Amino acid sequence: MAAGRRVLITGIAGQLQGLVAQALEQRDDVAAIVGVDVREPQHELARTEFVRADLRNPVVGRTLDTADIDTVLHLSLATSSPDGRSRAQVKERNVIGAMQLFAACQKAPQVQRVVLKSTTAVYGSDYADPARFGEEGGPRSPTRTGVGKDAVEVEGYLRTLGRQRKDVDVTILRFANLLGPRVDSSFHSLFTLPVVPTVLGFDPRLQFCHEDDAVGVLEHVATDETPGLYNVAGEGVLYLSQCVRLAGRVAAPVPLPLVSAVAGLIRRSGRADLPPDQLRFLQYGRVVDTTRLRERLGYVPRYTSRQAFEDFVEQRQIHGLIDREDVARWERELGAFLRASPQWPTATRREQVRP
Amino acid sequence: MSGTAEQHAEVISIAEQRAARDARVAASRVGASDRPRCEALTVAGRPCRNYAVSDGRCRVHAERETAPRADTVTAPERPAADRPTSIGARSGGPARDAARKAAVERLAPERRGVPGGRPESDRADAAFARAERELTRRGFGAAIDGVELLRDAADERWLEALRGMASVVRRRITGDYDVDEYGFDEDLTTNLMMPLLRPLHRHYWRVTSHGVHNIPATGGALLVANHAGTLPADALITRLDVFDRTGRHARELGADLVFRTPFIGEWARKTGATLASGDDADRLLEAGELVAVWPEGYKGLGKPWRDRYKLQRFGRGGFVATALRAEAPIVPTAIVGSEEIYPLLFDLRLLARLLDLPYAPVVAQLFTLPLLGPFALLPLPSKWVIEYGEPMESMEDAQEIADDPMAVFDLTDQVRATIQGMLHRNLMGRRSVFL
Repeated sequence: MAAGRRVLITGIAGQLQGLVAQALEQRDDVAAIVGVDVREPQHELARTEFVRADLRNPVVGRTLDTADIDTVLHLSLATSSPDGRSRAQVKERNVIGAMQLFAACQKAPQVQRVVLKSTTAVYGSDYADPARFGEEGGPRSPTRTGVGKDAVEVEGYLRTLGRQRKDVDVTILRFANLLGPRVDSSFHSLFTLPVVPTVLGFDPRLQFCHEDDAVGVLEHVATDETPGLYNVAGEGVLYLSQCVRLAGRVAAPVPLPLVSAVAGLIRRSGRADLPPDQLRFLQYGRVVDTTRLRERLGYVPRYTSRQAFEDFVEQRQIHGLIDREDVARWERELGAFLRASPQWPTATRREQVRP
Repeated sequence: MSGTAEQHAEVISIAEQRAARDARVAASRVGASDRPRCEALTVAGRPCRNYAVSDGRCRVHAERETAPRADTVTAPERPAADRPTSIGARSGGPARDAARKAAVERLAPERRGVPGGRPESDRADAAFARAERELTRRGFGAAIDGVELLRDAADERWLEALRGMASVVRRRITGDYDVDEYGFDEDLTTNLMMPLLRPLHRHYWRVTSHGVHNIPATGGALLVANHAGTLPADALITRLDVFDRTGRHARELGADLVFRTPFIGEWARKTGATLASGDDADRLLEAGELVAVWPEGYKGLGKPWRDRYKLQRFGRGGFVATALRAEAPIVPTAIVGSEEIYPLLFDLRLLARLLDLPYAPVVAQLFTLPLLGPFALLPLPSKWVIEYGEPMESMEDAQEIADDPMAVFDLTDQVRATIQGMLHRNLMGRRSVFL
């Protein structure tokens, strides 16, 4: 233990989890990294050990002891249901898996720190929401569906663990929508459709967290002593309509009564995952306060929401119908035409007068 | 006139009646009537018929003499011939004249700077001036702005405007604009909403406003105003007026119904409104923003015609507590004219309850629906006056008072009484609903 922290990462096969493991491998103060997942990780990992197990399996508890783990990064809370798993299965893995993991942590005396990657979906999405959610101010109407509810329950279990074991540092990070060149998210799939479906008459306010920042902040909390509850998002806010324009794509507004039917069609076609709770998010959006992240945790995100989105568009090579360069060129050409055209005598005369 | 009437008294009897009426009018002007009239002369050289408000002068003339402000009185009096014969046709005249003069002066040095002069441009100017005079005389305020636009078209400014528009279009297409955390899209508000509202403000409701100097130029302040007119047009027009006069965007606090409604909610957020909840208002004021509230809410908007200009309950006084916590001054604001845009005759309560709306109005215009078709749904072109009152400064122990419900109630009543008083004063000074 003197050599450094011994870290257990759940869901190691995921993109983000792999990146976190790679980042931790670079550090001297991390002695060992153990990854747990049911799938084989595909990333380049040098000294990370891999345990193939489901979180509900008692193997995880034994691993904590045999590998002498003192830091648990629970990063496998699924915020969307990819590869067509049903909602019930996702919930089972999210909630029961976390319960078992935290129960094992409570039994393991050497565990000193537990970090949970949660989501801002716990705040729900409602028209009566405050403009910006702080960590303490809960939602007006607690979210009752989808991954938001899972996350609320899992956070509750972790808090219970914190109460039972006062010596364990508990850190909960609520991430806004993750975007980046490698990490997939439910939001990303919206922009892979030919047109971006939106809800007619609504324009959600969005915040993004770049994957580099997500990795950076997870690395920070794994090695630094600042327990607590933090929102993680880039500076600034974007509207969905603005995202569509920044990407040069075209929005397809769907009237509110048809939204769930259209979402069902998209889901069945398997091209994008639009769970029902995501639809409400597409109506009202959500913005969180990140003051605490910057001031108390001391982590300043490198990407603003807009930079994160622009980087995502660029790296993923999302090509729009409208090229931004084209529009800028049209404007320049119009300006040049106005200046040079002989049809505007006053303008040309003014040009001559100027030295 | 009365002299000629006396001479021909026995010939034309109708003149006799006229003379008698004139005498009555004169008597009332001297003070026979219980309400004194204004002593000043109008621009057309007639005695002003407005009721006097202070110092024997009406609101319009009192403002002119006592408080010379750049926006009301910079321009010297024009020759009487140039003046409109009917005052009502071009209200807000002095302010507009001043603005136009200033615009001409801005252009003038550039013109002189051109070597060899610009005779054709001078001729054009003369022609424009002639046309303008003629139109002013007939009272076509809107047409004059068209003429101004044409005049600008012959100059660099028009091209600048075109380039500006191209830049706005480019920003809108490529998403190159910033939005704050409340969802306020300043680019959209300044370049799209305000220009769309401006004709309504200038030509349809012909808004005049007093006391803009009462709005602090910087720092947090809470603008509190009355709310009326079935649809919240007064909120939009007040925002535009504040923006045009001070360059500040007033951030509205809206009811949750607004943000639930498609399109309206989206538009409200983008133009700077946010939910009327304590947290949002507190943070806006602390950030030094100008915040506007209409504390009557739906009770004010949907009140029947017989209750016009009677302030309803001011919410629960939450806005006062908010201002106290942020130690921000409260600017009481009275809007006269908004009540008459949609006179609400009946409220179909049952229908409102079925549709889950705060009220289901039957406005006066609806009865002309068979006659005018869709035009019947237009708001009435009442004449608006907005007055920004003396700011009520925050007190020393504001933080403590904010937690004392009784003190908050008292202050709420005080603000309400102030606005009610301002409303009455402006109503007294008003000549008619539409002029």
